[in-house]
Amino acid sequence: MNEALTLISFGDAGWGDEIAQGVFITITLALATLPFGLCLGFFLALAKKADDPSMRMAANIYTTIFRGLPELLTLFLVYYGVQIGIQQLVKFAGFDLYIEVNSFVAGMVALALVFSSYASEAFLSAFRGIPQGQYEGGYALGLSRGRTMWLIVLPQLIRLALPALGNLWLILLKETALVSVIGLADLVRQAGIAARVTKEPFLFFGIACLIYLLLAMISSFGLVRIERWSKRGEAAR
Amino acid sequence: MSSLVQSITPRPAPARPARAWSATRIAGHVLMAMWIIAGACLVYYLASNIFSPFVQKYWGKYLEGFVVTLQIVFVSLGLGAALSVPIALARASKVALLRWPAYGYVYFFRGTPLLAQTFLIYYGAGSFRAELTDVDLWWFFRDAWYCIIFAFTLNTSAYQAEILRGAVENVSKGQWEGGRALGLTQPVIFFKIILPQALMVALRPYGNEIILMIKGSAIASIVTIYDLMGETRRAFSRSYDFQAYIWAAVFYLIAVETLRRIWDRLEAKLTRHLKR
Repeated sequence: MNEALTLISFGDAGWGDEIAQGVFITITLALATLPFGLCLGFFLALAKKADDPSMRMAANIYTTIFRGLPELLTLFLVYYGVQIGIQQLVKFAGFDLYIEVNSFVAGMVALALVFSSYASEAFLSAFRGIPQGQYEGGYALGLSRGRTMWLIVLPQLIRLALPALGNLWLILLKETALVSVIGLADLVRQAGIAARVTKEPFLFFGIACLIYLLLAMISSFGLVRIERWSKRGEAAR
Repeated sequence: MSSLVQSITPRPAPARPARAWSATRIAGHVLMAMWIIAGACLVYYLASNIFSPFVQKYWGKYLEGFVVTLQIVFVSLGLGAALSVPIALARASKVALLRWPAYGYVYFFRGTPLLAQTFLIYYGAGSFRAELTDVDLWWFFRDAWYCIIFAFTLNTSAYQAEILRGAVENVSKGQWEGGRALGLTQPVIFFKIILPQALMVALRPYGNEIILMIKGSAIASIVTIYDLMGETRRAFSRSYDFQAYIWAAVFYLIAVETLRRIWDRLEAKLTRHLKR
């Protein structure tokens, strides 16, 4: 038991600080992905509820692709695809240099693609919950389409979409584990290194799992707070 | 006295006003054009490569990998379904000693990444090698295939237990009482009354779970299983030819889309009495 405590302590003897760095990378990646995924998802939802069929179809194709591909494959497609693409471009331009794509950015792009296709469905069902009268009221007040969306529809939309988006955030947090495969030093990878060096795999992967659980618990606690905040204007029923 | 000599001649409905070329419509057409061009490029690229040495060399491997993926998915889904019943029962039980462990189990497997669970089982078992050898279970945990099936089964059973619990709780108590009032036996009530209604609710999440498993099974490739993803990674590392990943994407998309279509058909059939 004491040995295990030494192993996970901070400092030279233990792996606590390495694991902490991994946790930091995991959280940073998830947080960095979130705004891109949310924005892209919102615009996809707008496209899906457009009155023009070609727009709807274009958005639906996007969703079909990124919801159907395994996240791991999307990650590889982005990581190697972008790398090879840039390499070809550089060769085409006549330079001879080796370019490596940052695994953090590749992970962020891949996760944002997947996240946005799920988020668009969450936003779309939230859009369906907002009656047409809300838009008409906005136009009657002389607000432009953009202002109506921003001042009237969006605040209500967030409230409706929050539960689904909260779930997606928890899924995103778990999916960040995949970037360890392309060499980003996240929680799983640091735990893996520690496990290999100390020959205590169960201890370190167990700790990694518990940290993910802890992150999920903190997130759901935070989500409850956010949900309560979003409903502060609602009358008690 | 007047009489109607001639009524108004019937006329066809007025023509629909032509749709204006709004900004949305233009943008939609541009985006669709981009998709179509991208799709055409993809088809051309794949078609021009169909007789390439890469495809000649690896297409058999891809098929083998696809079969392995299907095996992983369906074996763990089947075992997970069996395991999910006692978990769901324990989760809905009135005894706290049963309810809490089941809750913890479900929370753990739904709250941690499948990748970390797989590592925990596959590599973590090494920590208990002596003990596992003693109870003659080491052969099981030494084999990546068994470990993957074990990890995926535990994972999917937690999800399926939640689906099951949600679906059965969704059917109101009155249905049971109504069945009993008609003098039906417990099994008949369950199979003829409760289950069809629960299935209607559960069908969609079950379909999603199968799709999640197909996608999640790609993780098996990380622990040396040569499923579709594993064969893809091996082909890519040997040839450094990017079409390896594109073929895999095509395979996965076809599998997931086919399943989704079948599932939509199935759902339409189960809920046909609700259609208006």
